[in-house]
Amino acid sequence: MSEYQLPAQFEEFSQARKEGFLRAKAIKDSGGHIAGTFCTFTPCELMDAAGVHPVSLCGMSPEPIPAAEKDLPKNLCPLIKSSYGFAVSDTCPYTYFSDLIVGETTCDGKKKMYELLGRMKDVYILQLPQGIDRSYALEMWTKELHRFKAALEEKFNVTITDQALREAAELRNQLRQARTALMELQKLDPPPFTGLGLYKLLDGLGFSFDLHSNLKKLTDLTAQLQADYAAGARPVPPGQKRILVTGCPIGGVLEKTVKVVEENGGVVVCFENCGGIKPTRYLVDTQAEDIMSAIAQRYLNIGCAVMTPNSQRMELLPQLVEEFRVDGILEIELQTCHPYTVERYEIKKLAHDMGVPFLALDTDYSQSDVGQLTTRIAAFIEML
Amino acid sequence: MPVYSIGVDIGSTCAKLAVVEDGRTLVHQMVMPTGWSSAETAQAIYDQLERQGYCPDSSPCVATGYGRLNVPYAQKTVTEITCHAKGAAFLFGTEACAIIDIGGQDTKVIAMADGVVQDFLMNDKCSAGTGRFLEIMANTLCVDPGTLCELARRGSGVSISSMCTVFAESEVISLIGSGTAKEDIAYGIVESIVNKVASQYGKLSVPGDRCYLTGGLCESPYILESLSRTLGLTVTSHPLARYAGAIGAALTAHGLARSERRTSV
Ligand code: SF4
Ligand code: SF4
Repeated sequence: MSEYQLPAQFEEFSQARKEGFLRAKAIKDSGGHIAGTFCTFTPCELMDAAGVHPVSLCGMSPEPIPAAEKDLPKNLCPLIKSSYGFAVSDTCPYTYFSDLIVGETTCDGKKKMYELLGRMKDVYILQLPQGIDRSYALEMWTKELHRFKAALEEKFNVTITDQALREAAELRNQLRQARTALMELQKLDPPPFTGLGLYKLLDGLGFSFDLHSNLKKLTDLTAQLQADYAAGARPVPPGQKRILVTGCPIGGVLEKTVKVVEENGGVVVCFENCGGIKPTRYLVDTQAEDIMSAIAQRYLNIGCAVMTPNSQRMELLPQLVEEFRVDGILEIELQTCHPYTVERYEIKKLAHDMGVPFLALDTDYSQSDVGQLTTRIAAFIEML
Repeated sequence: MPVYSIGVDIGSTCAKLAVVEDGRTLVHQMVMPTGWSSAETAQAIYDQLERQGYCPDSSPCVATGYGRLNVPYAQKTVTEITCHAKGAAFLFGTEACAIIDIGGQDTKVIAMADGVVQDFLMNDKCSAGTGRFLEIMANTLCVDPGTLCELARRGSGVSISSMCTVFAESEVISLIGSGTAKEDIAYGIVESIVNKVASQYGKLSVPGDRCYLTGGLCESPYILESLSRTLGLTVTSHPLARYAGAIGAALTAHGLARSERRTSV
C-alpha cells in the first residue's frame, strides 16, 4: 500500500485532473520527490542535482480563486490568488504532492502569500537581491543558493556534488537552447507557428519530468517544422501583423489575449515574458570555476519588473523587436501587478522611441472583459 | 452607376446606419435604439435599407460597434475605434486631432493623424464616464439624458465622488433625499463624466489641440462646453457626429468594393 493518500474529494474530479493526481502520486510512490516552484528565478539546477523534480505551480485558472479569497484580499494579482487557491483546495496534483515549495522574494503579493502557504506546506524562500547594479548582488545571491543547497541536502538526505550541478546546468542549458531555437523559428515571415500553439506546447513540457525526452521532443519538433516550412507548409497566412507580447505571465489569459490577436489579423511572433524568451536566453557557464556562482549569475540576468532598475528588460526588448521584425508590442498585465503596471510607463516610452506601436492591457482571469479586450486588440491591429 | 456602400454601427444603446455614395457623399443616415437583441436590430436596419432602395446583400457593407458580429449581411467587421477615426476625418478633415467618443458602454479617446488612428484609450470595464452612466443617473432623476445635461448648466456646487456607477447612484439618491436641487445634482453628474473623460484624454499624447466629440452625447451643447472648460481647449462637434462610426464603416466598405473589383479583374 502506498503511504501517499489522494485528496478526499478525488472522486469528484474531472478525468484529466484525476490522471494528473495519479501521475504525481506514481512519482511519489516510486520514491521520487516533487518541488513546487512559482517563478523563473527558481534555480532548478539545484533541485535537479538533488534528484528532486521541480514543477511550476503557477496558478493559471480562475477556478480556485474563490477558495483563495477566503484568506487573501480580493484586489490581488489573479496569479497569486489562483496559486494559493490550488493549495488550500487540494485541487492541484503537484501542489498537493509537493514535498517542498520554493519561493523567492519577488513581488510583495507573492512574498506574503508564501508566508500563508507556509502554514500548510513546507515552504522555502530564497532572498532574491533586487538591484543587480550592486557589486555584491551576485555574492548575495550565490550565498542564498548555498543556503538553499544545504536545505535541500538536509531535507532530502542527499549530497549535491559539483559534478551533479555541472551536469544539471548542462542539461538545462541544452533545454533552454532548444526552446530558444524553436521560438526563433518565429522569425520567419510568415512564422511557422501560431503564437497560441507555440505557447501551449512550451507550457505543456513543464509537466513532463523526463528532461531528456523533453529535449528530444523540442529538437525533433524544430527539425520537423523547418522541414515542413522548407517544403512549403504555411500554417500562418502571410501578411498577419507581427506582435511581440511582454509583461506578466500570461498562461491564465491566453484565450482572451493571444487567441484574440490571432483571430483578428495578428500573429504573436515573440513572447518576451516568462514562458517565452526571457528565461531562455541566458545560459550557465558550466566551465566556470565556481559553478554555484555561475548558476547564480545566470538568474540575475532575467529582466523581471521586480528588479530595480530593470535594465535587462529595457535592453532585451529592442533586440527582440528588431530580430523578430515586430509590428506592434502588446503588454499584458495582470490586475494589481504593481511591478509591471508601473513599469509600463518605461516600456511605453521605449516603444515610442523605437517607433513601434504599443498597447497595454490590464486583465484578470475572469471572462467579464472579453468583449472590451477584443475591441482593443482588434483596433490595435487595425492601426498597425 | 454610383456605388453605394453601407456602414452599420451597432452600439450598446443605439444602432446607426450610414450610406455613402462613391466613397464621397453621405446620402442616408438613421439611428434607432439597439434594444435587447443586436441581431434583431441588424435585421431592422436591413429592412430599412431595402425600403430605401439599397441592396444590403450586394452592396459593400461593414459592421462596427459592440454588436458588429451580429450583422450577417456585412462582409467585414471593423472596430469602432478605426471607424470613428475615419468618420471623424470625413466630417472634420484629416488634420491631426483627438476624437472623444462617449459611447453607451465605452468611452474612447483616439489620436488621429492623416485620417489614421495613431493611438487610442478605452475606459476599463466599469461604466464611469460613459453614456450608460449618464442614462442611469438620468433615470434616477426621472429626466431624459438630454434634459439632464441642460439642467446641469444651471447647477453648481455638487460633486459625485464615487467612480462606481452603483455607488454613484446611491450618492445621487441620498442627494435627492436631502433636498438638493435637481440642477445641482445634474451638474455633479456631468462633472463626474467630464472629469473621467478628461483623465483619459490626459493619458494619451495627442498631436495638436484640435479635439472633436463624436457619439451619442455630441448633441448636448453643455457637454461640449464643460469638456472644453475642463480640457482647456475648444471641443467641437458636428450635427452628424453621432454617425461618425457608421460613416467610417461605410467608407471602409467602399474601400472593400474597390479592392474586390481589383482582385476580380
Ligand atoms: S514575472 Fe517575474 S516574478 Fe513573475 S514569474 Fe516571471 S520572473 Fe518571477
Ligand atoms: S504578475 Fe505581478 S503581481 Fe502577479 S505574481 Fe507576477 S509580479 Fe507578482
